[in-house]
Amino acid sequence: MGQKVLLSEKEINIILHRLACQLLESHLDFKDTVLIGIQPRGIFVAQRLTKILKKEYGVKHIDLGFLDITFYRDDFRRGDKTLEATKTKIDFLVEDKKVVFVDDVLYTGRSIRAALTAIQSFGRPSEIELLTLIDRRFSRHLPIQPNYRGRQVDAINNEKVKVMWKENDGEDVIYLINT
Amino acid sequence: MAELSVKHLLGIKYLNESDIQLIFETADHFKEVINRSIKKVPSLRDITIANIFFENSTRTKLSFELAEKRLSADVINFSAGQSSVKKGETLIDTVNNILSMKVDMVVMRHPNPGAGIFLSKYVNASIVNAGDGAHEHPTQALLDSYSIREKLGSVPGKNVVIVGDILHSRVALSNIFALKLQGANVKVCGPKTLLPKHIESLGVEVETDLRKALNWCDVANMLRIQNERLDISYFPTTREYTQQFGVSKKLLDSLDKEIVIMHPGPINRGVEITSDVADSKQSIILNQVENGVAIRMAVIYLLASKIK
Repeated sequence: MGQKVLLSEKEINIILHRLACQLLESHLDFKDTVLIGIQPRGIFVAQRLTKILKKEYGVKHIDLGFLDITFYRDDFRRGDKTLEATKTKIDFLVEDKKVVFVDDVLYTGRSIRAALTAIQSFGRPSEIELLTLIDRRFSRHLPIQPNYRGRQVDAINNEKVKVMWKENDGEDVIYLINT
Repeated sequence: MAELSVKHLLGIKYLNESDIQLIFETADHFKEVINRSIKKVPSLRDITIANIFFENSTRTKLSFELAEKRLSADVINFSAGQSSVKKGETLIDTVNNILSMKVDMVVMRHPNPGAGIFLSKYVNASIVNAGDGAHEHPTQALLDSYSIREKLGSVPGKNVVIVGDILHSRVALSNIFALKLQGANVKVCGPKTLLPKHIESLGVEVETDLRKALNWCDVANMLRIQNERLDISYFPTTREYTQQFGVSKKLLDSLDKEIVIMHPGPINRGVEITSDVADSKQSIILNQVENGVAIRMAVIYLLASKIK
C-alpha cells in the first residue's frame, strides 16, 4: 500500500483562502446564505472556511450547520456493515436561504444526492450550491458537479483520497493512497 | 463500525452492554429527526414490517407503528381479535402466512412467555418482542434506561427502585436486566405476595418499606397494578395497596432529596401514583413516551440493517 502527499498544509491553506474568496464573491455578507458541512468529514472544511471568512474577511455572522446523511443513503443493507449515523446540528431554518454544501471529497456524488434529500427536512432553500475541497472528476455515478472546487484529481478507482485535519487527525495534509 | 450482536430483539437478556450503547447512540440521532418539522427519513423504504398483537396494547402499538412509518417502512397491522387465530390457526402458520406476503420483520406481542423466541426459531424474519406474557418487554426497558440517561446524564451507579407488581411484570424483568447490565443498583419494592421468590438471584435487593426505598433511590419506576393479570387476591384492597405502595406528592416532599418518577403507563391515577405526582416536574412519564419512538426507530433501524 503506497501513499503520496497530494496537498501539503501550505497548499491546503492557500486553497481554503481561495475558496473563501470565491464564496465571498458570490455571497458577500452571508445574510441569506448558510454553510452546511456534510458529516462526517465535510464539517472540518466548513469550520475552517467559516473561521477564515470571519477572521480575515470580516464577515460578522455566518450560519453554519452540520448535516448527517446516513438515513438518506441509497446503500442501506447493501454493504456488510450497519451504517452508523453522526450528529446533525442545524439550528436555523433553510427556508428561502442559499445553501452551500461543503464536503471534503466529491467522488461518486451519492452523498450529495442523499444530502439534497436530507436538507428538505429543514425547509425549502432558494438554491443549493456545492463546494468540495477535492473533486475526483472521473468517478461520478450521478450528474452532480461542484460550484467551487479546491483541486481536481484524476484518481483511479482503487486509489483513495484521505483528507486529514489538525483538529481531528493531528496534521493538515491530503494523501493519495494506493490500496 | 458497530453493529448489534443479535438478529432479533427477543429480550434484554440476549443483549450485551455495547448493544445497549449502540441503540442509545442511534436513538439520539432519531430523537433529533423526530423533532424536525419533517420527521421522516427514507432508510427503510424497501422493508415491510408486520405488527402482530395477540394482546391488547395502545401506546406500544402506536409507538412501534409511528417509529416504522418515520423510517419509511411499509406497515401492516394484525390484531388477534379479528383474525383466523380465533378459528384455530397456530402461531407459526399465522406468521408464515403473513411472511409469504414478503414481510421482513415481525413486531409481536403475545400473552405467552417465550413466544418470540419460539417464533425466531421457526420463521425466517427478524423478530422484535413487544411484550411476551410476564417475561420481557425489551423496548420498554431500553426507553426507560434511555430516559434515565437523558434526565440524569448516565445510568451506571444510579439507584433505581421498581415499585409494584414485580411478579407479573415483564417491564420489571426487562428493566432489571437492562439496569444491571449498565451497572445501576436496583431494588424492588412491593407487597410480598407480588415479589417473586429468589428475585435476589438477579442481583437486586428487596425492600418492603416504600419510604426507605424512595429515600435510597435516584429514580422510582412505578409499575401499574395489572388487574387483568391478578387471578387471585394478592392484597386485601386497592386502597390498602395505595396506602402502603402508592406515591403521593406529600410523600415525595417529605423525602431528603428530589427523585425522578417514571411509569410505563397506562397510569391508574390515585393507585400507584396520585395525579399531582404524575403531572409534577419530577415525573418524566411523557418524556418516556417520546423517547419510546426514538428507541424503537433505533432498534428497527439496527435490526433491519442486518436483513440481507
